[in-house]
Amino acid sequence: MYTQMVDVEAAGAASDEQRRFDEKLDRGVTIEPKDWMPEAYRKTLVRQISQHAHSEIVGMLPEGNWITRAPSLERKLILLAKVQDEAGHGLYLYSAAETLGVARDELTEALLSGRAKYSSIFNYPTLTWADVGAIGWLVDGAAIINQIPLTRCSYGPYARAMTRICKEESFHQRQGFDVMVKLCAGTAPQKAMAQDALDRWWWPAVMMFGPPDSASPNSEQSMHWKIKLFSNDELRQRFIDQTAPQADALGLVIPDCELRWNEARGHYDFGAVDWDEFYRVVRGDGPCNRDRLRARVDAWEEGAWVREAALAHAEKRTRRA
Amino acid sequence: MTSTTRLDPLIEYLLRFGDTALVLGQQLGAWTGHAPILEEDLALTNVALDLVGEARAWLSHAGEREGLERDEDALAFSRGDREFHNVLLVERPNGNFADTLGRQFLFDAWHVLALEQLSASSDGRIAALARKVRKEAAYHARRSADWVVRLGDGTETSKARMQAALAALWPYVGELFEGDDVDAEMVARGIGFDPAALREPWSRGVGAVLAEATLVQPSEGWMQRGGKRGLHSEHLGYLLAEMQSVRRSVPGDLW
Repeated sequence: MYTQMVDVEAAGAASDEQRRFDEKLDRGVTIEPKDWMPEAYRKTLVRQISQHAHSEIVGMLPEGNWITRAPSLERKLILLAKVQDEAGHGLYLYSAAETLGVARDELTEALLSGRAKYSSIFNYPTLTWADVGAIGWLVDGAAIINQIPLTRCSYGPYARAMTRICKEESFHQRQGFDVMVKLCAGTAPQKAMAQDALDRWWWPAVMMFGPPDSASPNSEQSMHWKIKLFSNDELRQRFIDQTAPQADALGLVIPDCELRWNEARGHYDFGAVDWDEFYRVVRGDGPCNRDRLRARVDAWEEGAWVREAALAHAEKRTRRA
Repeated sequence: MTSTTRLDPLIEYLLRFGDTALVLGQQLGAWTGHAPILEEDLALTNVALDLVGEARAWLSHAGEREGLERDEDALAFSRGDREFHNVLLVERPNGNFADTLGRQFLFDAWHVLALEQLSASSDGRIAALARKVRKEAAYHARRSADWVVRLGDGTETSKARMQAALAALWPYVGELFEGDDVDAEMVARGIGFDPAALREPWSRGVGAVLAEATLVQPSEGWMQRGGKRGLHSEHLGYLLAEMQSVRRSVPGDLW
């Protein structure tokens, strides 16, 4: 999935190491775990990669909510495989973060204590089967637009993880769109279900690209470091331009009365985003923030005895060997 | 079709395997996102994927042989619990991780043996399917046995939980080895196997793992039965109500 609101520390004074680092960035050579890197670059990456990993893990919950109710065995398999992919993405990303000197357990602790952020989109509820389609179509669609540039980001392990993740995300996006196609070709209540899902997921998806450039003061440093290659607003526009014709093809109406093609700009114009809602959800007051975190804390706490048993058994085996 | 109408024995036989895989796959799917560690989210989901995939194959075959235009989804989503033929063991609730892995272990040990037998079926499609699924089942069996050993020979807490899980599950293993007239007819036609013949190798395999896990095999007592014939516990009704709810809201192949 994706990250938002990356803070950045001031870069340190120039040194030989700093110059070599800058030169690599300029030449497009990736930075690898053993290379020298500015502390602020390392910290920014840890925050960004771990937020991304947490988003995958929390992202398992809203869709996992429909695994037991998927309306055909094939849909059940597709959804199981998709949510499993998210767990896999979480694993690659935690591994990429570990190359920067943090342990997965530390990152997990930060998530469970509420200190670490994850993508706010997962703080919205999945209320009908159509939400599974809408998430694949819109949320994975937005994630791909955010993530494809990251396959070229400056930090090697992150870029390589993103290459693999993007391939899988594009499957998910097509599968989600296919759910919507089927619903839109179905009965009137099914089509209404699809429209309702679009109504509820559209604006949160548009918000996934983060605050407008005018309110995103740290983006510039991340762009210099090549861990962000396009601005929030550029990516948001790309998402809207890509998605509006898809909604037309489905016969669904995007809930934005100001949305229209602007021939002169070569882009869709769109209405104002409710940034108050965005910040409210980021700060913890979305419809599901507490439930999502509670579910993760429960899984972790209720699983503690299992992890302890596995460790205890491994120690016994080592002693016997 | 009501429970009082007896199915063709072959169809009922296929539904027993299909429904058993489906119900267990459905239960494991509920763990996704809630496992004790991320690797287990992946692994439990993997087993769920295999079992639902297996269920599709059995149910499709049953539907084709039945010839009443019921495909895998019609069979999975449009039958009530009295028409399901899964064994009772797989409808025991997920409970905690020891309950889930204990259930999986007892089932997997049987599943591998059953598939070995079916690999020699005179029905070519059943034999091919069993041979394909056997590899997955062998992996499941290794994995669940590993967890039984880890939990049994782990901490005091994990040992107590695994032992309690076994005690609660034990009354449901008898049905795995009980033959009836459907089994007898399948044996006579060279299609199926005598369930009683699996008892000894199963006990040997399970006993060895329990010994390694320092767990005590529960004493033999009354064994519950009925699932194969469509007589279930109260749990199955809720499981099916949840599983079938969306599809039943607009019946048909529109999803």
